[in-house]
Amino acid sequence: MTQQFYVSPEQLMKDRADFARKGIARGRSVVVISCADGIALVAENPSPSLHKLGEIYDKIAFAAVGKYNEFESLRQAGVRYADVRGYSYDREDVTARGLASVYAQSLGAVFTAEQKPFEVELAVAEVSRDQASDHLYRLTFDGSIADVNGFVAMGGLAEQVSEALEAGWSPELSLAGALRLAVRALAADKDADALPGTAVEAAVLDRGSESSRGSRRAFRRLSAEEIVRSLEGEA
Amino acid sequence: MQELTAGFPATEATSSFTEYLQRSRPELLPGSQLLPAGQLPQAPHATTIVALTYPGGVLMAGDRRATMGNVIASRHIEKVFAADSYSVLGIAGTAGLAIDITKLFQVELEHYEKIEGTLLSLDGKANRLGAMIRSNLPMAMQGMAVVPLFAGFDQVAQLGRLFSYDVTGGRYEEQEHHSVGSGSVFARGALKKLWRPNLSESEAVSVAVEALYDAADDDSATGGPDPVRQLWPVVYTVNSAGARRVPDRELAAIAGRIASSRTIEGREA
Repeated sequence: MTQQFYVSPEQLMKDRADFARKGIARGRSVVVISCADGIALVAENPSPSLHKLGEIYDKIAFAAVGKYNEFESLRQAGVRYADVRGYSYDREDVTARGLASVYAQSLGAVFTAEQKPFEVELAVAEVSRDQASDHLYRLTFDGSIADVNGFVAMGGLAEQVSEALEAGWSPELSLAGALRLAVRALAADKDADALPGTAVEAAVLDRGSESSRGSRRAFRRLSAEEIVRSLEGEA
Repeated sequence: MQELTAGFPATEATSSFTEYLQRSRPELLPGSQLLPAGQLPQAPHATTIVALTYPGGVLMAGDRRATMGNVIASRHIEKVFAADSYSVLGIAGTAGLAIDITKLFQVELEHYEKIEGTLLSLDGKANRLGAMIRSNLPMAMQGMAVVPLFAGFDQVAQLGRLFSYDVTGGRYEEQEHHSVGSGSVFARGALKKLWRPNLSESEAVSVAVEALYDAADDDSATGGPDPVRQLWPVVYTVNSAGARRVPDRELAAIAGRIASSRTIEGREA
């Protein structure tokens, strides 16, 4: 009969956390930036169809790094949660806070109870009429949740990217300004000054989608041309 | 759909909101309860909807009245809705159930779009609506039928298309124009004389409002334009730019023109 070795809970949790961190560190980074025009979500992602950024609800978006199959199932679960809630109560009653706490609970449960923790890190963003009421939540693989102000950077080189954002961020940034800052920050570990527009996936939660587009759905994916045009505006 | 993913480990995965509700929250679906035996109390009924195509698009209009027997239950009800950015639907029949089905259909389309990252095809949308109407068949047999009219812009064929339904969920593509509800007979008669193949969008809006005017003239359950309360029909147009609700001031002007031209003509019938 095989003997089960004793492993202390501290060691068990540390091993799991190290495993998840290693998985996340392999991935490319994602940043979410609150700016005057709304909330910009930018990811280094050469694939035009396997998205790291997604729409959850009218004012709520999702960004993730890590294993695609894991965060994609979390994204779909988030869309289901939001749609059921909005359908059974009202569209106004779907909030980023509610969604983030559900994510935190399920990430936490998987981290402690399952064979292997999720190798993902998530951001949930909600845009409001005024910038002070924007919500940005960052969720890690163990279910910890942080309410952050201004911007979030996730992925392998989150700290470096974060530093670059810190240096350039101000609340008055326009959408194009936020995109340029994000692309510069995402290139923090590379020799180049900035990533080419084609290697970037970008989306925005428009602050004034009702007035500008006549739509309550604030989420808008930016096309490759739009991204390149915004980046060229630098000169 | 469920059987397509049966062999996959993630059987929870579906891009249909209705299917997800059936599995996890069936009590939220409209018409999911069995009705007890007995006489049904009166419930508001929604009435006339007209829809017509024009080069480059399609349009749908509905009056603003709901009736309960001989009583006007509402003068303000809206029975035409944008289903998503490229399609609209109008409803006739039991108002409470119809509005619930509309809401479910809107979420169904948006849910699919968010999960799959692409819009459903127009035929796909029309078929989903048919399935929802079919699931309401037990209610329809108890006298609570819902009959929708669905219209949208086909982005592949680049034209406006129109679908009607029966209570069993049967889906029929209509040509040129169609109407449903209690005043539909009169509206259809008007449309036959007013509709032309080369209507512009603004002419098409006038035709729709005039057809509803004729329906309201002869059907007591259909409401005409109401200049006292400033109530006008709800009209949506759908073209390559998407669905748009025609603003009230345009409709007020059109309704005013129809009323004054008929006053000048001084005809009785």
